Amino acid sequence: MKKEKLNQIMEKFENKQQALLPCLHFIQEEEGKISEEVMNFLAEKLDIPRVEIYSVVSFYSMFSLEKQNKYVIRVCASLSCYLNGTNKIIETLKEVLGIKIGESTPDGKFTLEEVSCLGLCDQAPAMMINDREYGNLSGDKVKEIIKSC
Amino acid sequence: MKVLLRNIEKKGYTADIKDYLASEGYQALKKAITLKPEEIISEVKTSKLVGRGGAAFPTGLKWEFSRKSKEGPKYVVCNADEGEPGTFKDRQILEKDPHLVLEGMIICAFAIKAEVGFIYIRGEYNHAYEVLEKAIKQAEEKNLLGKNILGSDFSFQIKLYRGAGAYVCGEETALLDSLEGKKGQSRVKPPFPTFVGLNNNPTVLNNVETFANISEIILKGGKQFSQVGSSACPGTKLYCLSGDVNKPGVYELPMDITLGDLIKNHGGGVKGKLKAVLPGGVSSSLLTDKDLGVTMDYPNVQKAGSMLGSGAVIVINQERCMVDIAKRCIEFFDYESCGKCTPCREGSKRAREILNNIAGGRGELSNLELLKELQEVLYDTSRCGLGQAALNVVVSALDKFPDEFKKHITKQKCELNVCSMNKGGNV
Ligand SMILES: Cc1cc2nc3c(=O)[nH]c(=O)nc-3n(C[C@H](O)[C@H](O)[C@H](O)COP(=O)(O)O)c2cc1C
Ligand code: SF4
Ligand code: FES
Repeated sequence: MKKEKLNQIMEKFENKQQALLPCLHFIQEEEGKISEEVMNFLAEKLDIPRVEIYSVVSFYSMFSLEKQNKYVIRVCASLSCYLNGTNKIIETLKEVLGIKIGESTPDGKFTLEEVSCLGLCDQAPAMMINDREYGNLSGDKVKEIIKSC
Repeated sequence: MKVLLRNIEKKGYTADIKDYLASEGYQALKKAITLKPEEIISEVKTSKLVGRGGAAFPTGLKWEFSRKSKEGPKYVVCNADEGEPGTFKDRQILEKDPHLVLEGMIICAFAIKAEVGFIYIRGEYNHAYEVLEKAIKQAEEKNLLGKNILGSDFSFQIKLYRGAGAYVCGEETALLDSLEGKKGQSRVKPPFPTFVGLNNNPTVLNNVETFANISEIILKGGKQFSQVGSSACPGTKLYCLSGDVNKPGVYELPMDITLGDLIKNHGGGVKGKLKAVLPGGVSSSLLTDKDLGVTMDYPNVQKAGSMLGSGAVIVINQERCMVDIAKRCIEFFDYESCGKCTPCREGSKRAREILNNIAGGRGELSNLELLKELQEVLYDTSRCGLGQAALNVVVSALDKFPDEFKKHITKQKCELNVCSMNKGGNV
């Protein structure tokens, strides 16, 4: 846990609790999950009950209590993408990676998730891998993308 | 006439401040700080601008309420949590013309006397975040943000805050809770954020597109703005076309455009044959080919039995099974319900089970009445718009395509071969 960086983030906010989401984002990106240790540290520093931190972490889909792998694949499952073939994309990903939605590959590389609209509906079907956006997907295109990861 | 995309559609235009400045950028702010705050608010009221985030509340009035509420710290918050399925307009402005939004926010701050503003941006919009970060820095360097803006005694700073993946945080009070570092769950209204908002202080909260209209109104005058498009609901709107349409994308058009014109002459027509349209994303009710003459402004879409919302026009063709579409939409609401109030939390779950059963050939005719009843209960008793709208697609599908539902139930048959019958399905 990078306590120094967390302290820096906290300093930016007058209202202590407001620093919570930015701190969680930072840790999620650095460590792939929000650990007990981090929750305890933040509870003390921000003066928020531990259970409150836990409930915040579990409320937001971008935070995770379980370790996520290096590449988090988020496939949009909302209507515009669905009309343009989301199911095919998900089937292909499941097949190529050998895992189900919500699971991670044992080699530590991929985590597969289904999410709500990503604001890429004009390029449906769409997905994100970490920070990167991919649109106008097809089964073949998805296979290429995974290969290049 | 273009207001919102006027810069973006210029060749070679970038998000850099120099391009914005070369296109009359920040001239409205220069003018605004020579005016009295009341004069600015009066211009915005004259323009008849209503919020573009979904609820269509008059923007000038919102600003006036905040201005007149209790003394002390006040905030300006930009809602950039764009999450309604089918909506991708705010992303365009944020990524390609960020200063248009910043200028609108700064003018608002001057009008209501706020010193701090936030842009609450959805967690997935990484690129937009970076663009905004740079834009804020550039504006600060030019003394358009920060202390003593343009040499006046007005100071204002804007901070960015990232959401973390929850559709309900687009609802204004849930957004405020999230912005305070908590779970994003709706608050009871009233009091409205204009009186009791962020940290319990008066707060103006507007959508990205709403703020993007402000510089035009200040520069050209509210009167001129009010004469564009539909007289009841003037100005242009960003329509997001997606689904079964040939040319999906964001189109800026005056709000007197008809639905048919929008799809046919701008969206390149329907892919296949038209079956239904959602004019305001999955929170709105289905329209059909009978409604193609509807003018796409807030009051008229409502009169047609639906709502314009954020302007997410999702086109659905005749190969689609309405039971399947309804099921997909209720899955979204069930997943996104924040769980704070029982009708929405339990109601969306039950509706999901019922639709799953119908789609799997295990439905009963009495289920259909139950769905309608559920919608009424959710509409009347849910705390926020998410629950109130959760069954709109479902019940409008039932109303407009009753036979499809009945065939799934009595004949256990999906004539379009979309639903896989009797396969158990997962409830
Ligand atoms: C479930 C739900 C989600 C919403 N999502 C958004 C959103 O993503 N962006 C937005 O601007 N408004 C959204 N709204 C509307 C806001 O509550 C609010 O009305 C709006 O941001 C006010 O700004 P405006 O007056 O400029 O439209 C949502 C409302 C509900 C009920
Ligand atoms: S209506 Fe639904 S989303 Fe809104 S507060 Fe109630 S449970 Fe939460
Ligand atoms: S519906 Fe998939 S990105 Fe919007």
